[in-house]
Amino acid sequence: MSPIGRAVHRRFERGLRYTEQRLGGAPVYKYLLRYVFPDHWSFLLGEIALYSFLVLVATGIFLTLYYIPSAHEVTYHGAYPLLQGQQMSEAYRSVLDITFNVPAGLLIRQVHHWAADVFIASIVLHLVRIFFTGAYRKPRDINYYIGLTMLLLAILEGFAGYSLVDDLLSGMGLAIAYGVALSIPFIGGQLSALIWGGQFPGTDSFFSRLEIVHVLLIPAALATLIGAHLAIIMRQHHSQFPGPGRKERNVVGTPTWPAYALRSIGLLLAVAAVLFLIGGLIQINPIWQWGPYHPYLSENGAQPDWYIGWLIGALRLMPNFEPVVAGHTVLPNPFWGGALFPLVVFGVLYAWPALERRFTGDRRRHDLLDRPRDRPTRTAIGAAFLSWVVIIFAVGSTDRLFFRLHIPYTAMIHFWRGGVWVLPVIVFFITRSGARALKRSETHPLRGWQGTIVTRGPDGEPRILQTAENTTAPREPPAGTVPGHDHPEQKPTP
Amino acid sequence: MSDSPGGPSRSLLARALAILVTIGTAWRVLRRKPLGPEAPPASSREPGGGANDDPSERTVPGNRLAENLVAALLVLGAGCAFAFIAIYIVLQTNTQLLGLAMALALACLAAAAIIAGKLVVPQETSVEPRDRLLDESAAAEVVEIVEAGGEGISRRGLLTGASGLAGAAVLGAAAAPLASLGPPARSLHASPWRRGIRFVDDQGHVYAAADIQIASFYTALPEGGDADSLGAGLLVIRLPQSMIHLPADRRDWAPEGIMAFSKICPHAACAINLYRYPLDESTADDPPAFTCPCHYSTFTPGDGGRLVFGPAGRALPQLPVMIDSDGNLRAAGGFDEDIGPSWWSVRRT
Repeated sequence: MSPIGRAVHRRFERGLRYTEQRLGGAPVYKYLLRYVFPDHWSFLLGEIALYSFLVLVATGIFLTLYYIPSAHEVTYHGAYPLLQGQQMSEAYRSVLDITFNVPAGLLIRQVHHWAADVFIASIVLHLVRIFFTGAYRKPRDINYYIGLTMLLLAILEGFAGYSLVDDLLSGMGLAIAYGVALSIPFIGGQLSALIWGGQFPGTDSFFSRLEIVHVLLIPAALATLIGAHLAIIMRQHHSQFPGPGRKERNVVGTPTWPAYALRSIGLLLAVAAVLFLIGGLIQINPIWQWGPYHPYLSENGAQPDWYIGWLIGALRLMPNFEPVVAGHTVLPNPFWGGALFPLVVFGVLYAWPALERRFTGDRRRHDLLDRPRDRPTRTAIGAAFLSWVVIIFAVGSTDRLFFRLHIPYTAMIHFWRGGVWVLPVIVFFITRSGARALKRSETHPLRGWQGTIVTRGPDGEPRILQTAENTTAPREPPAGTVPGHDHPEQKPTP
Repeated sequence: MSDSPGGPSRSLLARALAILVTIGTAWRVLRRKPLGPEAPPASSREPGGGANDDPSERTVPGNRLAENLVAALLVLGAGCAFAFIAIYIVLQTNTQLLGLAMALALACLAAAAIIAGKLVVPQETSVEPRDRLLDESAAAEVVEIVEAGGEGISRRGLLTGASGLAGAAVLGAAAAPLASLGPPARSLHASPWRRGIRFVDDQGHVYAAADIQIASFYTALPEGGDADSLGAGLLVIRLPQSMIHLPADRRDWAPEGIMAFSKICPHAACAINLYRYPLDESTADDPPAFTCPCHYSTFTPGDGGRLVFGPAGRALPQLPVMIDSDGNLRAAGGFDEDIGPSWWSVRRT
C-alpha cells in the first residue's frame, strides 16, 4: 500500500471508530454495503423516479426563493417587451422575472418542469412493470399501495406546481379543477368555497395556500412515503425474475458496494444530465406566450401537462348527463370525468392485489416474479385496463387531430364514446391468446426469429447460416418458475 | 484502439468509418482486454456448490485502460462544470449553453461512474437468503404484551368507548378552524350583474349598441365591477331576427337582436372564446354557436344558449339586455340562474 493509501486507511478507520463509539451503526452499514440488488433493466424505472424527485427538490428550492405566491394585481414593467403595461398577478410577474431576469432562472424552471414530467412518467412505467410481473403480490402489496399513493400525490403535486404560475393556461386548468371540486356530490360547493376562499378565482391567499401544498405538504408526504417505500424494500429484499440459482428463498445479484453503488450513482447523474440537456435545449411551458390569466380570457388548443391528459379526455368524452333530484344537481357533469373516472382507475388499482388473491385463491408469499405470459388472464386484464385509460388519454388530443388532420371533432367523440368500451375487450382477447401462445412455445416475443439467415460465400454461392428451427426451439422453463413452492414460509392454500 | 480495422488511409470516408467501428469496438476492448503488464484478469470463482445452484462469483477486473478512461471522463466533467460557471458569469441568461454545459458535466460523471462500476471495481454476483418475515412466537408475544397492559381493568368497554369519544371530539375540535378558510357555500351564487349596469370592454370603454356587429362576438365586463370575478365576463353578439327563437318569457331580452350570455362555460368554468356564424351557403344550415375551448361544449345563442354538443349539463346562462337613451348597452336585470359550473345547490332555470 502506498503512503497515501495508508494515510487514507488510517483516517477512515479513525473516523469510523469516532462514530462507532457514539452511534454503533456498523452492523447497519455492513447490511447496507452487502445488500444484494438483482439486475434487470426494468428495475431501473423506480430508480429514475427517485432520482427525478431529487432533481425536483433541488431545482424546486431554487425556484421557491424567487416565487411570490400572491394574486395581488400589478402592472408589468419587466424585461419582456410584449407584456409591458399589462395587468397581471404578482405570482405571474415573479415567474416572468425568474424566466427573464434571474441568471439561469429559465434553465432551472425548465429542468424542474421536465423533471416533473419524467418523474410521473417513470412512476407510471414502474407501476406497469410491477403489475405485469406480479410484483404487488404478498409480501409487497403494502409497498404497492404506498407506490400508488405516491403516484396520486405526484399528479396532484405536478398540477399544483404548474398552477402556481397563474398564466392563462394554468388559470384555465384551475378553473376546470374548480368545476371538478364543485361537482363532488353534496359537499362540493362548500369544499370549493373553503379551498378558494369563496367563488373562483378566489381570495388573494389562494396562491399562498397552493404554494404551501406544492412546496411543503405534498413534498413532505412524498419524501416520507419514499422513505417507507425504500425501507420496506430493504426489509423484504428485491423481488427477482426466475433464473439459474434464483429461488423464492434467496436473492441473487450485485451487492451495493462497490459496483452497484457506482452504477446507481451513474444513473442518478445520467438522469440529471438528460434533464439538464432537455431543460436547456427543449422549450417547455413558455409562460410568456400565454399571458396573464383573467377568468374572462381563454386560449384555443390548450393542452395540459401529459399526466392530466387522461382527465381532459374523460371530461371531453362524457355525454351531457347531469341528473337533478328535487332541485339539487346531484351529479354535476365534471364529476364523471374529473372525479369518478380517476376514482375508478385508482380504486381498481388499489383493490387489485386483494381481488387477485380472492379469485386465484393464491395467498402465498411470492418473491419470484412472473413473466407477463405466465399469467395470461392477469396480463390480458391489465392490457385491457391500460388500453381503456390510454384511449381516454388519447381522446384528450382529438381537438389536435381535428386541427392537424381535419377529422371532424364531433364524429371522433361520438365514435370513441362507443370505442372506449369495445376496444379494451378486443385488447383483452388478443393479449390473452398472445400470452397463451407465448407460454406454450416459450419463445421471446421480440427475439423469436422466424426467418432464415442466408449469406453469400467467397465463391458467390448462397449459404444458409441459420434457420427458424434452430433458434426457436422450445427451451426448458428456467429453474424456479413454479412460483411459491420452495419457500420455507409457504403454507398450502386451503 | 489497436484493433480498429484498416491501415493508413487518406480517404475521409474511410476515416469516418474507422472512427465508427472504433467506437463500436471500444466497449468490447474495454470489457475483454485489460491492458498493462501486471494486469491478468484475476478472476476467482468462489468454491462450493454446483454451477447452477450457486451463481456466486467475484471478478477483479484490473483494467488499466478503463481506469484511465474514468479519470479522463472525470477531468472532462470538471472542465464542463467550470465551463458552466464561466458561462454563468459571462453570459448569465444563455439557457441553451448553461443547460448544455451542465448536462455534459453530469453526463461525463455519469459515464465515469458507470464505467467504474462495470469495469474498474470488483464485479460480484452474490446470493443472500431472504428473511422469513412472519415469526409466530414473536407475534404471539406482542399480542401477549399488549393485552397484559389491560390487566386488572374491569370496565374495559366503558373506557374504550369513552376514549373513542374523546379522540373523535378532540380531532373534530382541531379540524373545526378549517371552516375559517372560506365563506359559506352560498357565496358561490354571486354575480356582479344588476339591472342598469353598463357593458364595458377590458379597457373600460362603454359598449354602444351600434358597436355590436353581426357575425362577431364581443367580451363585455360590468362597469365599475371587479373584472376578475367569475361572473363578470359576457359574450355579446347581434343576430338577425330570423335566427332568434327565444322562449316567450325572454322575448324582450334581445333588443335589436343584441344578446348577452355569461362567458363562463357552465361545464367547468373556462371562458368561451369560439363563435361559429354561418357566412356562406355551405354553413347556412348550422345555427350560430358558441364553443368552449376546454371541452367543446357548444351552445346556440339563437335558442337562448341551448346546449347542442359536448358535456355541459345545462344551457349557457343568458343576461337580459337593454339599450339606454344614449344608445349604450346595459343589463336589463341580473342572471336568473347561477353562472359557472354546476354544484349541489346551483340555481338552474
